[in-house]
Amino acid sequence: METSVLVQIQRVLENPKLQDAIYSSTARLMEKRRAAIPPELEQEFQRWREQAHQIKKHTLENLDHYLELLEKRVTERGGHVIFARDGGQVADFILELAKRHGAHLVVKSKSMTTEEIHLTKRLEQAGFESVETDLGEYIVQLANERPSHIVAPALHKTRYDIAELFHQRLGVEPDPEPEHQTQIARRTLREKFLQADIGITGANFVIAETGSIVIVENEGNARLSTTLPPIHVAIAGIEKVIPRLADLAVFLKLLGRSATGQPLTVYTSILTGPRRNNELDGPRQFYLILLDNGRTRVLADRTRRQSLYCIRCGACLNHCPVYRKIGGHSYPWVYSGPIGAVITPQFQGLDEAGWLPFASSLCGACGEVCPVKIDLPQLLLDLRYDAVKAKIRENKNRWERLSFRLWAAVMKRPKLYELVSTALGLIDTEETNGWLRRVPGIFALGPLKAWLQYRDFPPPPPQSFRQLWRLRPPAREALD
Amino acid sequence: MAVAATGSGGVGLMERDHILHLVRTAIGRSVGQVPEEPPTVLLRGQQMPLEERIRKFGEALEKLGGKLHVAASHSDAKHYVAALVAGKRAVASGASVLLECQITELPEVQAGPWTLETLRQACASADVGITGADYGLADTGSLVLFATTDEPRMISLLPPVHVAMLRKERLLASLDDLFLEVPDLAERSSSVVIITGPSRTADIEQILVRGVHGPGQIHVVLV
Repeated sequence: METSVLVQIQRVLENPKLQDAIYSSTARLMEKRRAAIPPELEQEFQRWREQAHQIKKHTLENLDHYLELLEKRVTERGGHVIFARDGGQVADFILELAKRHGAHLVVKSKSMTTEEIHLTKRLEQAGFESVETDLGEYIVQLANERPSHIVAPALHKTRYDIAELFHQRLGVEPDPEPEHQTQIARRTLREKFLQADIGITGANFVIAETGSIVIVENEGNARLSTTLPPIHVAIAGIEKVIPRLADLAVFLKLLGRSATGQPLTVYTSILTGPRRNNELDGPRQFYLILLDNGRTRVLADRTRRQSLYCIRCGACLNHCPVYRKIGGHSYPWVYSGPIGAVITPQFQGLDEAGWLPFASSLCGACGEVCPVKIDLPQLLLDLRYDAVKAKIRENKNRWERLSFRLWAAVMKRPKLYELVSTALGLIDTEETNGWLRRVPGIFALGPLKAWLQYRDFPPPPPQSFRQLWRLRPPAREALD
Repeated sequence: MAVAATGSGGVGLMERDHILHLVRTAIGRSVGQVPEEPPTVLLRGQQMPLEERIRKFGEALEKLGGKLHVAASHSDAKHYVAALVAGKRAVASGASVLLECQITELPEVQAGPWTLETLRQACASADVGITGADYGLADTGSLVLFATTDEPRMISLLPPVHVAMLRKERLLASLDDLFLEVPDLAERSSSVVIITGPSRTADIEQILVRGVHGPGQIHVVLV
């Protein structure tokens, strides 16, 4: 595990304001979800989860078919489909498009896929203005940070942080009222929308049968991004496709409830190609970029393929005791929480992210709330297995091997075992209420030292089991 | 036609074929192989009397912060809208239900025919946008709008107040009923939007604020 990660986690744990922001926001999100799935809906909800799981499974098992069908349908509607291997190709395509149309200003609505490939940074480096328009994303962009939550990007910020940020970056009077802050953002961003040349969005679902993309949101910025600029570019991972329009119903009912506790989010836009002849407004050109960026690699593993079922609701983050302590920024990639711990090692390799599957108490809450029934706890275990196997292969498990050898040697020799346990009993624990906080100097090394840095060991009992055994009253004669 | 990802046609097409090849290798399928049947669609329509649909719709809409007015007649609908737009600048779509209720005759209301530019300007400066709605969904308090020349996307989106006029018989019980009633949704328009309450956010400390980018107020007039 990288030292920088440990430092970041330490920083979060020692910041009470941040702890409170993360803890109370996730608590509210959990409460909203609970309220949206009342007991009388429970059975039906479970049926939807199973159905959604089966649809995702079927689609991925036949993904090439659905991608080709999708491409055909989008093209029939006058749109264009672009396949991109990575973020570089996505940026190249958009820059080329922008140049061809003399575009300067890009408005973006929230999309994890574009975060994943750092699209905004790539566009800005090429000299374009690219504005995030989701309120949370806008705040995060002004602060020059990255989102800390899939659904609520600025979850780590308090309204006072935001008042200060708006004061510094927008030159307005500091105002900690969320209502006023929202109005400031509305005014500033409305101007951008009206001038924008290109609107870039993600897609929550892509429908093969009709060539439609579906965007789910609450603010209206995705609608503005797909209504005002003359060009709309949607970027979706190849795993976002579902077969039929009618399948959408089940996913919509699951997504809103799981993410924010809404039966339906405020706006669900079903967009099929560019503006038609009998329509007055909307984009004249529509491009759908289908991104691989490592997804085909994950697809190859039958069990782990289900990591690609994710519909990015964020419920597993909100319910994860680890996420709720360390927050989204402690995770190395844009995807945090249990789903981040599962997909990051698969996308970026175990060298980079092999520690992530261990950052879990395996409590199972993530698996229970996942709307598409991804078996997250099992995948975490699976990846742990891989990480340990890799360690053994590279002979990086010396400490562990040594300690288990020692352990075995002691356990096999009764006399030695007694000697060691007596020695442990002699460690002075009086000043620490009986708990073991330190071990004598020569033993304080390696994993043991690290372990004791954050934990105390329970005190050894006054008498060991073996001593008690010897002191037991003589056994009675067998009853006969 | 697939478009080049890198600017030169050949490379883009190669990328497409390459990615499809990676997909097929990963899942063990061959080119053109017929897929298995997808799982049966799960949709459940609900039989619900009109009064109950209206009651449920009103409850759901009010919970979201919207308002429902059940109009006794066309002229009642007109009077209700007139009171809403009094002293304000309003933009109206050309939906047939608006014409029947003579909404466009109200002095505050600006209506088409539009060009894209006049529409944009009108919507950007209006206080109220008045549209029809193709369907309503009772259990979630949602409106369904298909974009057309007469019903452009902007009117329900740019002004801070949205007034939608919905025919009673178009009030469906639920989302599932929409997909059952209009299976060819995507054929109807390039833009079908389901609107469930006023624009909102909870991005700051999970505190609810209405009217972020879209309208902060919604009034539905049932005709």
